[in-house]
Amino acid sequence: MSNAAEAMPVQAPAPSIIEMQAVHKWYGEFHVLKDINLVVGRGEKVVVCGPSGSGKSTMIRCINRLEEHQQGRIIVAGIELTSDLKNIEAIRREVGMVFQQFNLFPHLTVLENLTLAPIWVRKMAKKDAEETARYYLERVKIPEQADKYPGQLSGGQQQRVAIARSLCMKPEIMLFDEPTSALDPEMIKEVLDVMIELAQEGMTMVCVTHEMGFARTVADMMVFMDRGEIVERAPPQDFFAHPKSDRTRLFLSQILAH
Amino acid sequence: MADIDIAEEIPLPAQQRPPVVTSGVIGWLRANLFNSVFNTILTILAVYLLVLTVPPLIRWMFIDAIWSAPNGQACRAAMGQEGGACWAFIGQMWRFIFFGRFPYDAQWRPLFVVVIIIGVILASCDRRLWGRRLLLLWLAGLVAAGILMSGGVFGLRYVPTELWSGLPLTLILAVVAMLFAFPFAILLALGRRSKLPAVRIVSVAYIELVRGVPLITVLFMASVMLPLFLPEGVTVDKLLRAQVAFILFAAAYLAEVIRGGLQAIPKGQIEAADALGLGYWRRTRLIVLPQALAMVIPPLVNNFIGAFKNTSLVLIIGLFDLLNTANTALTDSNWQGFASETYVFVAAIYFCFCFFMSRYSQRLERTFNRGHRR
Repeated sequence: MSNAAEAMPVQAPAPSIIEMQAVHKWYGEFHVLKDINLVVGRGEKVVVCGPSGSGKSTMIRCINRLEEHQQGRIIVAGIELTSDLKNIEAIRREVGMVFQQFNLFPHLTVLENLTLAPIWVRKMAKKDAEETARYYLERVKIPEQADKYPGQLSGGQQQRVAIARSLCMKPEIMLFDEPTSALDPEMIKEVLDVMIELAQEGMTMVCVTHEMGFARTVADMMVFMDRGEIVERAPPQDFFAHPKSDRTRLFLSQILAH
Repeated sequence: MADIDIAEEIPLPAQQRPPVVTSGVIGWLRANLFNSVFNTILTILAVYLLVLTVPPLIRWMFIDAIWSAPNGQACRAAMGQEGGACWAFIGQMWRFIFFGRFPYDAQWRPLFVVVIIIGVILASCDRRLWGRRLLLLWLAGLVAAGILMSGGVFGLRYVPTELWSGLPLTLILAVVAMLFAFPFAILLALGRRSKLPAVRIVSVAYIELVRGVPLITVLFMASVMLPLFLPEGVTVDKLLRAQVAFILFAAAYLAEVIRGGLQAIPKGQIEAADALGLGYWRRTRLIVLPQALAMVIPPLVNNFIGAFKNTSLVLIIGLFDLLNTANTALTDSNWQGFASETYVFVAAIYFCFCFFMSRYSQRLERTFNRGHRR
């Protein structure tokens, strides 16, 4: 009850939940992230797009420390990301992530995939964790697959399980790293539908995706990245109608051409 | 009846003959043994070799064998010219081969130990029991085995480890070595892949050092050199020293096998576990190790079988394992020259344990691979 009460009126001037300040990162000599500044408000949906190799995946993977930034500050849910393991684990508890390749645990059943982190990290009782897991499986519309192994599911089903797995941790933020790129075309919609529902319920989301239809529907802000920089950011209507930068225009013309 | 009539009335269309029989005994033979000229030659050669060797072996082992005789001369006299196996020797000596120099009237104790160890191993095969309870069972089993072997409490006579011998000694050496080497090997394998340079260097150095030395050398060092380094008055039991040597040696080999499994885990699995906030140890225990170990079951069991048979090397430092008691039995003055029977008997015992391990590993593989298949 109290959760819902907190979650609903968040629409107005949203306090920031992710803050990236002058973030830089290098792979050896290669400058992958150049002076990234990004503020995401609570409940805000940000869609990040850009050509491949532009650093968009690297950027969102910095938010939960799957990649380490070398300069600048990243503050997530009020906690600053440093090399302090305690902080990193605290942030990871609040940040769910969905990967391009699903990364479900193949040796565990769907239900075990979903209950693992709640039981071991959140210290939930097994029974409660399973209840939560079944609730989220219902939400992603595959309650009947609970006892199967990931290898027995289709790509779309696996990705929905992956989303449910993250949701079971009741995260404040969800990161999506090209969640539909590895899917067959006919399965993309079932995953996007789940993501749209999630967005409508007020979840804070940062999505790296090329699904521009999805972006138009849910995004509060579009971020365009190229060569390690944020080139442009704008609400979707402006972003698609009047892109300011040439690079954005070129990218949009390529991606929307077909 | 009516069915048959109808079938006869309707003329069957001319059917094409199947090309060759592919089912049944003949089909199987054709497909597997005679499917090319080369294979046909090999098959004939193999059959010839079998005919040459198997019947004489069966004759020696069963038909011409002598099953009871009071001593070696009587046995030899009874078997005549042809010569069969003198199983009477084994009948006479089995208790010594099994229990060796353990006090004769107390040999029910090592017998119980063998039963306990085999029982606990069988219980471990049931996956439903895996967990803390099984660990407790092993602990209880080992403590019970230790008490039964050494005595000194509960009115049991004290038996020093020099008298522990035969099958129980072999089983204790092998089982304790595997039990302790396995977790140690996991730590070594993790250490070798650690991000911390000190941990990594120590692990690599240990593994490479131990792998680069023959087991016999390690055993000699444990039995001869180690006492020289220990301060005066401090002695460590010889059996314990050999046991530790086995643990340290097996761990180095197992560690490399486990490392192979660890390296095969896709990076995405680790990222997913990290993203859920599992942390290094939970990630390792819940995500990485279950998958890594399942992948390397065949080489793991291969190592276990090797370690089991390696225990027979303790005879060179004067411990009386199963092979050594058998060797000692051969020196009995009443029964000279029955080495073949003895070694066949001992080999059969080793084979039973090794074959069991290999079959069980195949079953485990099937269980663990179930989830991965589509």
